[in-house]
Amino acid sequence: MSQDLLIRTAIAVLILPLLSFLALIFFGKRLSRGGDWLGTSILFVCLALSAVVMVQKLTVIEQAIVLSFRWIDFGAVPVLGSLQVYLGITIDNLSAIMLVVVCLVSSLVHLFSIGYMKGDIRYSRYFAYLGVFTFSMLVIVLTNNFFTMYVGWELVGLSSYLLIGHWYEKKSAADASKKAFVVNRVGDIGMFTGIMILYATFRTFGFAEIFGSMAAGQIPLGSEAWLTAAGILIFCGAIGKSAQFPLHVWLPDAMEGPTPVSALIHAATMVAAGVYLVARTFPMMTADALVVIAYIGAITAFISATIAIAQNDIKKVLAYSTISQLGYMIMGLGVGAYTAGFFHLVTHAMFKAGLFLGSGSVIHAMHHALHHQHDHTTDPQDIRNMGGLRGKMPITFLAFLVYTLAISGVPFTSGFLSKDSILAGTLAFGDLTGHWLIPIVGFFVAGLTAFYMFRLVILTFFGEHVEHHRYEHIHESPKVMTIPLIVFAILSFFIFYSFNPIDASEGWFTHAIERPVSVVPASVQAATNEVFEAAHHHAHMPAMVLSLLVAGTGILLAFATYQWKKISADAWAARFSGVYNFLLNKWYFDELYDAVVIGGTLAFTRFLRWFDNTIVDGIVNGTASWTKAVVFGYSDHAKEKRLSAAAFLFVGTIVSLLVAYWIGQWFWGRGEVTSAIVMALVSFALTLYFFWSGAGGFDRNVVDGLVNGVGYFSSFFGILFQKLQTGRVQTYIAFVIFGVMVLFYMFR
Amino acid sequence: MGFLGLGVLSWITFLPMVGMLIVLLLPKDNKNAIRWTSAIVTGLQLVLAVFIYMNFNRGMAGINTQEGFQFIEKATWIDIKSAAWFGRVHIDYFMGIDGLSVLMVILTAIISFIAVFASWGIEKSVKGYFALLLLLVTGMMGVFVSLDFFLFYVFWEVMLLPMYFLIGVWGGPRREYAAIKFFLYTLFGSVLMLLAMIALYFSVSVADPATGEKIHTFNMLAMMNPANFDAGSLLAGMHTWWRYLAFIALFIGFAIKVPIFPFHTWLPDAHVEAPTAISVILAGVLLKMGTYGILRISFPIFPDATSYYQVPLAILGFINIVYGALCAMAQEDFKKLIAYSSVSHMGIVILGMAALNTQGITGAVMQMFNHGTITAMLFLIVGVIYDRTHTRGLNDFGGLMNQMPKYAGIMTIAFFAALGLPGLSGFISEAFSFLGAFQVPQIRVITIVSTVGIVLTAAYMLWTLQRVFLGTLPEKWKELTDINGRELFTLVPLAIIVIFLGIYPSPAIDLMTSAVNTLVDVVNKGGGMAMIGQ
Repeated sequence: MSQDLLIRTAIAVLILPLLSFLALIFFGKRLSRGGDWLGTSILFVCLALSAVVMVQKLTVIEQAIVLSFRWIDFGAVPVLGSLQVYLGITIDNLSAIMLVVVCLVSSLVHLFSIGYMKGDIRYSRYFAYLGVFTFSMLVIVLTNNFFTMYVGWELVGLSSYLLIGHWYEKKSAADASKKAFVVNRVGDIGMFTGIMILYATFRTFGFAEIFGSMAAGQIPLGSEAWLTAAGILIFCGAIGKSAQFPLHVWLPDAMEGPTPVSALIHAATMVAAGVYLVARTFPMMTADALVVIAYIGAITAFISATIAIAQNDIKKVLAYSTISQLGYMIMGLGVGAYTAGFFHLVTHAMFKAGLFLGSGSVIHAMHHALHHQHDHTTDPQDIRNMGGLRGKMPITFLAFLVYTLAISGVPFTSGFLSKDSILAGTLAFGDLTGHWLIPIVGFFVAGLTAFYMFRLVILTFFGEHVEHHRYEHIHESPKVMTIPLIVFAILSFFIFYSFNPIDASEGWFTHAIERPVSVVPASVQAATNEVFEAAHHHAHMPAMVLSLLVAGTGILLAFATYQWKKISADAWAARFSGVYNFLLNKWYFDELYDAVVIGGTLAFTRFLRWFDNTIVDGIVNGTASWTKAVVFGYSDHAKEKRLSAAAFLFVGTIVSLLVAYWIGQWFWGRGEVTSAIVMALVSFALTLYFFWSGAGGFDRNVVDGLVNGVGYFSSFFGILFQKLQTGRVQTYIAFVIFGVMVLFYMFR
Repeated sequence: MGFLGLGVLSWITFLPMVGMLIVLLLPKDNKNAIRWTSAIVTGLQLVLAVFIYMNFNRGMAGINTQEGFQFIEKATWIDIKSAAWFGRVHIDYFMGIDGLSVLMVILTAIISFIAVFASWGIEKSVKGYFALLLLLVTGMMGVFVSLDFFLFYVFWEVMLLPMYFLIGVWGGPRREYAAIKFFLYTLFGSVLMLLAMIALYFSVSVADPATGEKIHTFNMLAMMNPANFDAGSLLAGMHTWWRYLAFIALFIGFAIKVPIFPFHTWLPDAHVEAPTAISVILAGVLLKMGTYGILRISFPIFPDATSYYQVPLAILGFINIVYGALCAMAQEDFKKLIAYSSVSHMGIVILGMAALNTQGITGAVMQMFNHGTITAMLFLIVGVIYDRTHTRGLNDFGGLMNQMPKYAGIMTIAFFAALGLPGLSGFISEAFSFLGAFQVPQIRVITIVSTVGIVLTAAYMLWTLQRVFLGTLPEKWKELTDINGRELFTLVPLAIIVIFLGIYPSPAIDLMTSAVNTLVDVVNKGGGMAMIGQ
């Protein structure tokens, strides 16, 4: 098969789910059975094509195949010269394997959903959304650049939003979908900032181009600190999408979505995209960035495993288990066990999708039994309401058991291989760097995982069912649901990944996925591939022994507690009620975020709304009303706004004082003390009067008053003179004398 | 390319005015004739816009050389040989477009056409309404095609009056307050702009091609050439305080239109009171006149001040983005929320412009266009629901997704476009505005903190979506009907544009690259600064 044909096949795999979406969203209701057959068969075609692509890529074609096209042309940019944006897809071993994983899980989830979602009010829309999700996920998988990676990143967020909120009539579902999107966006802005750092330096989004330039010695914004920052910021995207601490809070809530969605999106594929992202960008991670990644992974694995122990909702246990396992993968990549981290992604995708579908099968059965009894109060997802389902649902039980063995790391399962490899990596990392806390957490969490997973299995499938009558109505799920369970169970065995059941290092997977060579400057590089490989190999046996030990302990403890009742869980919970409540309440993360982040933001928005209405707009309206006050005067303004009027009068008084001061100063400067005082007083009075009565009043009473006054005065004198001109000489003389006296006084 | 002696740009500008005259001649009871006249006139305008798009030469730069402009029309408009102490007054009727304006011309044509259909339900004095609407369209279009500052100013003011009446007469309960606020605010800005314009006029002179006599001019392109400034005149030289002051005066005039914090408070009031179609025009086109003015006039005429104020400009962008988003989150009135979201989204335009590089300014101009289409959708969406329920209280709704599925589908597209979802047009322009700004070291930190807006926008948009569409339907809305054909007709074309440009933005970007690159060159060379962060 030529490369050209191969890439066309990959594009077909990419586009087909999108066509499924478009067909179902517009015509879904008009198709028979809501078009479920269309979406499902399209996905199986995708699966077949992707399998062809993977086999061809792994067996025939050595180097990565790239197809890119010019998307935007900025023309001849000043200084830089021509600037273009190229986008495209790439098929290398990583993307080829991931392609199959996504198509496989998606197609089986499509199949399972036909049974699980039967009779749903938005049946065809559900399948449409599965299609758009698959498309978005494949964008992430196939992209050869950061830009479309970010595009796919957000689009899976959209699909996740739509599917979590599938039953949006429930407030909790609507809330959960919103929470998922917004929390993811917090991570996304970190990722976007990281992309901005890279783009500002390299002016391209392409992985190959950027890594090539880095290998040639160019580093972002010219400093190694920026390089580390870019790595960590890109990783922020993974923190959001892969639900890592501190942004893990959205994933448990996302369980509000239909269970097959949880299997596809919130267990196997989308949440693993963060791991995929780190794997993609692994070459540009500096030693410091990798340490941060390793610790975030370890902290996440630890926190969520402890929470999982105390949960009673079957999906919540699996959700925290997923977070914990994702933490494992991230930790694996962080310590440098690149192959192991990605390997665990693949194996986990199979058994965790299986676990979720298995829980879906259980919930489905419980739901129908409860429905039959007209019981609408009992929670069909609470494991305390289950028990003994093994007898009624043998296929589900067996499959579930296989997955649990795999996730617990029992030999002969796929999980054993991948987990063991990660743990060996953490030991090697501890050995090389002295960060021993990482392997300690790693092994401890392995034990916890085995414990809480077997707790789940025992409470669900073993023992007696809590209510006899309900048990009668529980049935195994139909074939469309059990077939996917069987397929995932088969794929949880070692044989598909390595012929050696205890060591994957000789298997095809390890050969296909080789740790890429770091492109960062040697001074900030983590241990080189050769050094790490040697340490990893060295740590293999001790890691295997230890992991068997902790897993065995965990399983034994679970049986001792829940099956043989040698240990009383309730007694322990009562004895350490503080710890128990802390775990039951998920370390109070939600409460903390609600109070601080959401509460704080909302309080701040309310403050800003007040600020905008009262202060900013207050100034605007104040300008208007004070202008009005200048026109109509204080007294008029005081009728409407007393406070504002008081302030107005205050300002008016100050202005009057200033005017009086300036005028007084002017006369004072000329040495005319009396005039200074008189004029100051007069001008003060007049200005204040201006503010008091407004321009209108001032004009009427003062300016016009003066005019009228002059008129009045002249008429007064006119009358006076008329009277004077009556010929009475003595009066004339008296006036002349008076005049002379005045003149004399003036010119003395 | 002319018709009846007038060029395409004159036609596209004055067709609505012709339509206005026809509307005025029609009997006022014949409402449908009035409506259809308006529709046909704006439809013809849209056809002309398509013609311009088809015939636009992507290689021509524009900005500061007349040769770079297209569809030029230039004629002497006012010529007073000797006006007392003024000297000779010569004003040109000078129109032309380049990569900066062509998208705005197209946007104006699209939005105007849609606004006519969104006004179909207006029953109160239909004749007056459509006459004013058409006059408004002429004013807006004129602003985007004028190359003479005086002509620009005239169109700028022409637009003001119909807007005042359209809000003040056909608006909501507090319409008079909102209208006068809008009017006074804009007038205040206009005064400052006028001052700057006159200062420029008396500082710049060019030789009259006929006589060789040096005369003052309002020609924007002449103002962009430092050699045309008279020695010793107020605005001569570079990096003088007078020039900084003139830049600020001009900037405030434009900033009020954008609106940039703290000049934004007219916007929520105007939007809340304005009828749907007027909100659509206001948000879709009018706000862009502010940012367009900054790019067309402030930047190339004052490259020195532009570089000098780069950081404050970016800070204003940041404030708009984050402050607008936070205020939006606190709103309970649907329309007010969208109004504040406009403040936030226009902040992205400011930030992109402040980058002063190709990616940033391309992002900014794209964002102007995309915000125009997306926000128009949002206001139409509010209008649809307000027409049916006569309330805009976000807490009055819920569960409409099942009741009005088509409406919900369109609204989901618009909301996700507004929150910058990749695959929809808003993302492209946001991304390039940020990418451009980030490249400039001085405003890098501002850019990083501005990304908070991306999260906040998602939060309030999805919260709104939830409050209106998700959850359970209140009993009182059981009778609501889904979106009708006419409403779909206004929304679907916009949705198609939003999706198309989200996937393949090149048709829009190719229009502007030559002009943007030239603008960046002019600003950076004139700014006398090293080419930073290119």
